[in-house]
Amino acid sequence: MITTQGQIQDIQKRYNEALERAKARILVCAGTGCVASGSPVVYEGLMAELKKRGLHTTIDCLLEDEHATSGVTVVNSGCHGFCEKGPLVRIEPEGILYTKVQVGDVGEIVDAIVEGTLVERLLYHDPRTNEVFPHEHEIPFYRYQTRVALHNCGEIDPEDIRAYMAHDGYQGVAKALSMTPQQVIEQILNANLRGRGGGGFPAGRKWTIAASQQADQKYIICNGDEGDPGAFMDRSIMEGDPHSVLEGMMIAGYAIGASKGYIYVRAEYPLAVRRLEKAIVDAQEAGLLGSNVLGSDFSFHIQVKEGAGAFVCGEESALIASIEGQRGMPRPKPPFPAVAGLWGKPTIINNVETLANVSRIMIRGVEWFKSIGTPNSPGTKTFALTGEVENTGLIEVPMGCTIEEVVFKIGGGIRGGRKFKAVQIGGPSGGCLTEDQLDITLDFDSLQKVGAMIGSGGLVVMDEKTCVVEVARFFMNFIQNESCGKCTFCREGTLQMLKILQRIVDGNGTLEDLDLLVEVGEMVQIGSLCGLGKTAPNPVLSTLENFRDEYLAHIVEKRCPAGVCQGLKRFVISADKCKGCSRCAKVCPVGAISGEVRSPFVIDVEKCIKCGACVEACKFMAIEEVS
Amino acid sequence: MVITDQVVEKKELDLDFLTATIEEKGTKSAALIPILQAIQEKYRYLPEQAMVLVAQALGLSAATVYGVATFYAQFSLEPKGKYVIKVCDGTACHVRGSLPVYDAICKKVKLVNGKFTTADGLFTVETVSCLGACGLAPVVTINDKVYGQMTAEAITMIIDTLEEGGAQQ
Repeated sequence: MITTQGQIQDIQKRYNEALERAKARILVCAGTGCVASGSPVVYEGLMAELKKRGLHTTIDCLLEDEHATSGVTVVNSGCHGFCEKGPLVRIEPEGILYTKVQVGDVGEIVDAIVEGTLVERLLYHDPRTNEVFPHEHEIPFYRYQTRVALHNCGEIDPEDIRAYMAHDGYQGVAKALSMTPQQVIEQILNANLRGRGGGGFPAGRKWTIAASQQADQKYIICNGDEGDPGAFMDRSIMEGDPHSVLEGMMIAGYAIGASKGYIYVRAEYPLAVRRLEKAIVDAQEAGLLGSNVLGSDFSFHIQVKEGAGAFVCGEESALIASIEGQRGMPRPKPPFPAVAGLWGKPTIINNVETLANVSRIMIRGVEWFKSIGTPNSPGTKTFALTGEVENTGLIEVPMGCTIEEVVFKIGGGIRGGRKFKAVQIGGPSGGCLTEDQLDITLDFDSLQKVGAMIGSGGLVVMDEKTCVVEVARFFMNFIQNESCGKCTFCREGTLQMLKILQRIVDGNGTLEDLDLLVEVGEMVQIGSLCGLGKTAPNPVLSTLENFRDEYLAHIVEKRCPAGVCQGLKRFVISADKCKGCSRCAKVCPVGAISGEVRSPFVIDVEKCIKCGACVEACKFMAIEEVS
Repeated sequence: MVITDQVVEKKELDLDFLTATIEEKGTKSAALIPILQAIQEKYRYLPEQAMVLVAQALGLSAATVYGVATFYAQFSLEPKGKYVIKVCDGTACHVRGSLPVYDAICKKVKLVNGKFTTADGLFTVETVSCLGACGLAPVVTINDKVYGQMTAEAITMIIDTLEEGGAQQ
């Protein structure tokens, strides 16, 4: 049992010494992305290869008879972020990164470690310049990042509590326990840590409110219900560094006087649930979590709650209803959860990333934290960079960095040399930004000014082949499905907006529809209780403002500039190529094709259902799709 | 997720399992969702009779339990197939072509419009909002196993192997 900070530091020292004795450490990414690409087989393969050659060793600093070793250790790590290039394998201490590693490569990798060389073909090759980067930190995808919340992700084995301690883990809570709760809150207030879940409300202010409440029980809830399509930062933290989430919750619990915490995790994240549960058990066994943390009077217990699939449960009061066993429907505020939350008791709900930052702030201090980012939005923000960029994955950048830097420097620009069109930020609550807005800085306030928001941090890059009208319809469809139905404007308004958008992408829209979209959208914003409804029209309103031309093309010209919308596609038979064989007319399920044999056939666009059967049937490639 | 092979008839409720689950999770109202999750995992749906028994055990009305069961996407009132295929239609997957993959699956397992589970009970096909594996878009999961960078051809081959496996049993 660990009862003092000195004991933690002792483990840290011994673990790091044990690590130094090893010749090399192989980190195999075990995040969801790399697991899907086959990293578990690579891990097993490396393990078997090392054992076969008698090179394998484990880092176990708690063994009293720790023996000096010069072997190689192999561990699973959390997400390295560069999911697209997975399975990823990194060789420490040099920091060599191998990409797309398959089990057949393990022999060569072990050879290279023994001989001190590199496996050239597995290194990252820049797709543009073909430059080869042996070390992870030199790769452009990593070079421009600053890692605070993701500090340990991909660096340590998330299932080894000692590895966390070796990286200063649990010293934040030890430090907090040496202060008064009020002093802890002041630290977070001074650091101006703003909620990373989207709203950007200062965490310290929330804590102050909860701390001032008199109650026999208070709760800390970690919001891991990351439901925004296109966002996976919280999942990566829970999977890759679960102890930092626990530590953040403990610090928050101490600060407000709570003794119980819940982590609410999406049901779609089974690996995160497993890792968090293991972390809780390990921390309890080590005496770092549970009754009398580190020998103090402070007790804190954490339980994982699995969500059951409802996007609206990311909203604080809906999340509370869900934990209480009810339908996850939001309720009016005030009272805010910090006053009356779970079972009517003062409750603090912080996002996963916010809590991971809390641990780092306590360890590294306020001044360090404020030296990163902007004065109004200190620190960093993680983003899930996806869509049509060369390098997709999980990134973390200082607040105040521009969208251009993220898309072009880290993301490596648009795939296949196509043209940038827009970046969708903030998921179904956010907006689409255009090329002219690429110099906007990523922080809470600048984005709000242009009608977008950081949201949870999804950044989906779109190129000329993406139809923004279709994307707006996609988000509206999502929101419409996820609206809990409580507020009429959200329930019915989003349905009407979806119907209008559907009409437009089907080619049946009118110009009046555009005004109607704005009118209904504004009403949904005003007439909804929670954030889901209040922000639901954002994707539509922002694309209407920035990409009105594309809406007009769909309505007036009956044309989808990106060539995506099925309803606006037409099939035409080229009179030059058509031999008049009548095959197409025979396969057409609706009898839309007619003509005389041996002379060109024609398609009746009114009857055509755009199934494409004729295109497949034609032997002369005479039928083309135009949009 | 463990997939039980037996096809559960509505009358064949395992009362011992229900009792044990309720005992493990408790009878506070907060236990309702975890209990329903356990039942869903075992039977691949929530049998009506089970919901009524849970309501009684927890001192809730059957309507309350039904309300919760129909609110959350994880719960199903009809039995799901042996293989639950989830096609991610999150933003990243959508932009990179998840719908053609979805269409290919429906065509492959011969799902006609409006149905989500095949007549032989082998497959259920669903779309989900986001599986959080956007770097591998488009993504499909089959009973929690993640398949990344899917194409219509690749998923058809995967289903072929599953169908062979299913036919052997």
